[in-house]
Amino acid sequence: MARWEGPLNKIGEYRWEIPKSYKQGMRVPGLIYASEEMLGSIREEQAADQVANVAFLPGIVGRSLAMPDIHWGYGFPIGGVAATRVDDGVVSPGGVGYDINCGVRLLRTNLHESEVRPRLEKLLSELFINVPSGLGSTGKIRVGKREMEEILTQGARWAVKRGFGAKEDLEVSEEEGCLKGADPDKVSTRAKERGTPQSGTLGSGNHFIEVEVVREIYEPAAAGVMGIDEVGQVLLLIHTGSRGLGHQVCDDYVRTLRDAMRRYDIEVPDRELACAPVQSPEGRDYMAAMACAANYAWANRQCIAHWARECFVRVFGKSLRDIGLEMVYDVAHNIAKVESYEVEGRKLKLCVHRKGATRAFPVGHPDVPSKYKQIGQPVLIPGDMGRYSFVAVGTEGAIRESFGSVCHGAGRTKSRHAARKGVRDADVAMELASRGILAKAASRGGLAEEASEAYKDVAEVVEVCHRAGLCRKVLKTYPMGVIKG
Amino acid sequence: MKRFDVIEHTADTGIVAYGADLKEAFANAAYAMFSLMADLECVEEKVCRQIEVEADDRESLVVSWLNELLYLLDVERIVFRRFNVVELSDTSLKAEGWGERLDATRHNLKSGIKAATYHMLRVAKDSRQHSIRVIFDV
Repeated sequence: MARWEGPLNKIGEYRWEIPKSYKQGMRVPGLIYASEEMLGSIREEQAADQVANVAFLPGIVGRSLAMPDIHWGYGFPIGGVAATRVDDGVVSPGGVGYDINCGVRLLRTNLHESEVRPRLEKLLSELFINVPSGLGSTGKIRVGKREMEEILTQGARWAVKRGFGAKEDLEVSEEEGCLKGADPDKVSTRAKERGTPQSGTLGSGNHFIEVEVVREIYEPAAAGVMGIDEVGQVLLLIHTGSRGLGHQVCDDYVRTLRDAMRRYDIEVPDRELACAPVQSPEGRDYMAAMACAANYAWANRQCIAHWARECFVRVFGKSLRDIGLEMVYDVAHNIAKVESYEVEGRKLKLCVHRKGATRAFPVGHPDVPSKYKQIGQPVLIPGDMGRYSFVAVGTEGAIRESFGSVCHGAGRTKSRHAARKGVRDADVAMELASRGILAKAASRGGLAEEASEAYKDVAEVVEVCHRAGLCRKVLKTYPMGVIKG
Repeated sequence: MKRFDVIEHTADTGIVAYGADLKEAFANAAYAMFSLMADLECVEEKVCRQIEVEADDRESLVVSWLNELLYLLDVERIVFRRFNVVELSDTSLKAEGWGERLDATRHNLKSGIKAATYHMLRVAKDSRQHSIRVIFDV
């Protein structure tokens, strides 16, 4: 792939601007958050060009943004954030992606590493058996037509009602696990058919369940509010999304909006940027269908968390109360949300597209759960399975300049195919084991594709966001055991 | 003749499928997609499906065709290993696909594909052959 030779002008620490003059048709400049050292690898692919393409979207305000975990996607770059005016701007399904509300959920435990280590293998086997994972895996829940509608409108609330988890889980989830405005009639029958057998499944690709241990705490007070008090404490991280249902919703609406674009006389430089005015019938329909898929994903993570809790209870022979396993938070990192921001002195209602980016609201923001009002919204940033992950909190800086958004992970540097070449799963598993990390994968090639070498160092990504003032690091974890889908 | 090549794309995976005619290139694109997900040597031809898709143009037809097969994989759990494109125009395709129900114990399953995308999509022809390039969201 050709190197990207476009302009990146330094406009501040960790801030690189792509001027509007780079391409005719850009309505706003682009802005990439990165360290000087990261620029080389960013230029190796066409992700920066995608930042510029996103700037073509009608109604876009501020800048077309990319977080330091930026990498080459389709349409939008991964790590892309774009806010468009709800009044006269567009919504683009490509700014959300095929895996609508792909996201991360973190649970804390009362267990110490020393208690978990001896039973880690047993725990992983239990998780592997009890959480369906891998290509074509089907859920343990039988869902009828009416129940599917409930999943789509109620999200995680439906799961709690069915006995999967507790009401308290909902209080510490983005949108309380249920995005408003969901209308199941806007979701095609085909999407529902794909979603029905897959409710409560992890899927494959980069989806995982990780048992991890706290390695470093930077802000003890904030960590304490999250129920995390000491180095050595064990946590559980779940990463999955809306499965075939979300993929079909995206595919359906990319097609619908492509037709609609002609009617609204909109031109964009990439087919995956198909879009329609937020207020048009097509735009509204997409928002209503996207909310359904987001809710499906929240229900999915809620069910998986419940089964994971059951596994812990069985393996450690203690009550759930003794083990802890309370939810810290649940974030969506592929989503479009209507939020209000001040732009050039005016309060505007915006449609914020986060494509591989996490919401990061600060202290006192009305959408931060009361538990976290004093510290800000927890931001969950998983790294690759061989290194570490981070928990941060949102800041005013994110509200001021990145539409309340921050990075979502490490960001790939190597394609799956390249990562797999000459690397065997067994070798990856052995190398991880030598560092105390047990890994199990449902898919062949799954471990090789996700090996650390295929990713940027998430520590560098988080450091840039922290120093740029978009979030504050709270703690760092180290993986102990990983189930790969 | 080579049926397809895998192309590198950072977050995702792409393929270029070849064919002496366009029908063959469409069939090979589908074969390539399933070979990214399973070991097709292990898949038997036990069921056959008639598949019909329509689209606005030839490029969109590629996406519609491949995403229809992903839909059948999710809903009917069929892993296809052989395709015969019976009719093909710029906007419609009729084909038969053979394969069997997905079996995790026999098919050596790899990562699933979420969707075929419009990103870098290209249908081309040179003096020797037709080719189809498509990037998948994995």
